[in-house]
Amino acid sequence: MKQLAIISGKGGSGKTTLTAAFASLAKNAVLADCDVDASDMHLILKPEIQEEEDYLGLEVASIDPELCTGCGKCREACRFGAISADITINQYSCEGCAVCTVACPENAVSMKPRISGQVFSSKTRFGPFAHAKLGIGEEASGKLVSAARERAIKLAEQYTKDLIIIDGPPGIGCPVIAAITGTDLVLAVSEPTVSGIHDLKRVIELAKHFRIPVTVCINKFDINEVNSLTIEKFCAEAGVPVLGRLPYDDITTRAMMREETVIEYAARECSLSKENVSFPAKSPCFENSHEHEEPVKGRDFVSEVCKIWEQLEERLS
Amino acid sequence: MKIAIASGKGGTGKTTVAVNLVLSVEGMQLFDCDVEEPNCNLFLGQELEKVEDVSCPVPVIDSDKCTLCGKCATFCRYNALAALPTGIMVFPFLCHGCGGCGLVCPEGAVQEEPRVLGVVEKGKTTAPLEFYRGLLNIGEAMATLVIRTLQEHIDASRPAIIDSPPGVACPVIAAVGNADYCVLVTESTPFGFHDFKLAVEVVKLMKIPFGVVINRDGLGDSRVEDFCRAEKIPILLKIPNDMRIARLYSEGIPFVEEMPGWKEKFAAMFKAIESGSESGVMNA
Ligand code: SF4
Ligand code: SF4
Repeated sequence: MKQLAIISGKGGSGKTTLTAAFASLAKNAVLADCDVDASDMHLILKPEIQEEEDYLGLEVASIDPELCTGCGKCREACRFGAISADITINQYSCEGCAVCTVACPENAVSMKPRISGQVFSSKTRFGPFAHAKLGIGEEASGKLVSAARERAIKLAEQYTKDLIIIDGPPGIGCPVIAAITGTDLVLAVSEPTVSGIHDLKRVIELAKHFRIPVTVCINKFDINEVNSLTIEKFCAEAGVPVLGRLPYDDITTRAMMREETVIEYAARECSLSKENVSFPAKSPCFENSHEHEEPVKGRDFVSEVCKIWEQLEERLS
Repeated sequence: MKIAIASGKGGTGKTTVAVNLVLSVEGMQLFDCDVEEPNCNLFLGQELEKVEDVSCPVPVIDSDKCTLCGKCATFCRYNALAALPTGIMVFPFLCHGCGGCGLVCPEGAVQEEPRVLGVVEKGKTTAPLEFYRGLLNIGEAMATLVIRTLQEHIDASRPAIIDSPPGVACPVIAAVGNADYCVLVTESTPFGFHDFKLAVEVVKLMKIPFGVVINRDGLGDSRVEDFCRAEKIPILLKIPNDMRIARLYSEGIPFVEEMPGWKEKFAAMFKAIESGSESGVMNA
């Protein structure tokens, strides 16, 4: 079984749109939404939840007011500033280290489990889907990412799927590390903006740090072709293959508004089928191809997505 | 006054709002708390100098004193210590620096040494804008520590803008937690709206007053506006879905510098927030 992670460093670069498109194109894959902080994939995939499990994060300290004498030793010992002057625990600051339980001479502090989120196994029109939801303000989303990935692996075994496609979180911190470690290939989605370039460099470094093969695609390459060239040059120097350049196209928004992947959208809007773009066998395209006479915008976008996907598949085989 | 700029989802224009806002009002401080991807300075182009390292105290075991009782490893909630027959192994990357191992060791065999995991930097030019940012080293996980250290530099006597990280998890809480006001940036698409509602939950939970900037206005539909109207959330500003703004952004140019009239709009937004009359902006 292979695992592909799609990440972006910077948010909003089209990662989820692309992952959803790959979901349309993949033949035998499990999908995993590991952007647990702000997961969006379910808005397109509309999963039917089959199994749901609470995710227990780090514990949280709790003080028994009956036993507490207010000496303040716990507050002194807590390095995270989680205990206020009136000796109450701020659950958002508490890192669950349990130091206060040792510091308290009265045995007034104990650690309580906390539900930090949920992990789900679901069915979608593209196959099994593992996803998760982090509770607001919760810690350790890296661990929740790992929990979602474990579910994806179980689903893959259960349904004998040979690929897991992971929609990764933004950034380079703990959730991203959890999303890419142990994967076989990373696709970093970039955009030709100064911040896009900056963040791309950081994610490439991160992937290299963990020795995972990394590839790149440039989204909205035409909003700044000079910057796109900079990215290509930089990638060439770093030995990172650029698999494709996607034009700026509002097909992404139009598809999103209809809760479809761009592939589905294009297939429905049909005229594309004449343009030599291959669609999944079950594509509705072939059924109602007379409905839309106008040439469909977004052809370049969609064929580029297909091209990128073919290359990813090749690298994974 | 501390104003945090946040969004449930990345890429909605948080940095755009933060940077253009500080450039529109004199005497601001800007703190880039998106320490995983600090991007503000790409638009400011300041020369930076290091203010301090951000480090986490990690245990060092004195093998002469250690009797291999394993109490430290049992105590550690982060699995940063492992008791092996030959010694205690430390995994510094997992350590949160709570100091618990030192507290529970009966032999006093645990010392601590700082492990650098990021840095706080400061722009060399201090007028008209004072700029600080935090940077998390690659491969490190503890963004919150960098954010907390960075925020110690806020001068409470002057207005401070905080560019917070995306999402709804702990780094966001660390960044917006002590703000007096929060500006949520979103776009009116299904993804944008979904993440916006999460961000609203965060600020409501933290009991921070807030308002909304709709970015790429014209994209998608009116779902964000309808929601704000129903929930009585003030809409502070709308930034149009304009190719010129996108191009300037891609080149790292704050659009208030190139497009007339926008400094005034940002300044008016700031004034409204400061005076607590944001509802006046709503119908602007
Ligand atoms: S468990 Fe640790 S972080 Fe939480 S209150 Fe106790 S000492 Fe502070
Ligand atoms: S150390 Fe124990 S007794 Fe003292 S203030 Fe904390 S909880 Fe109360």
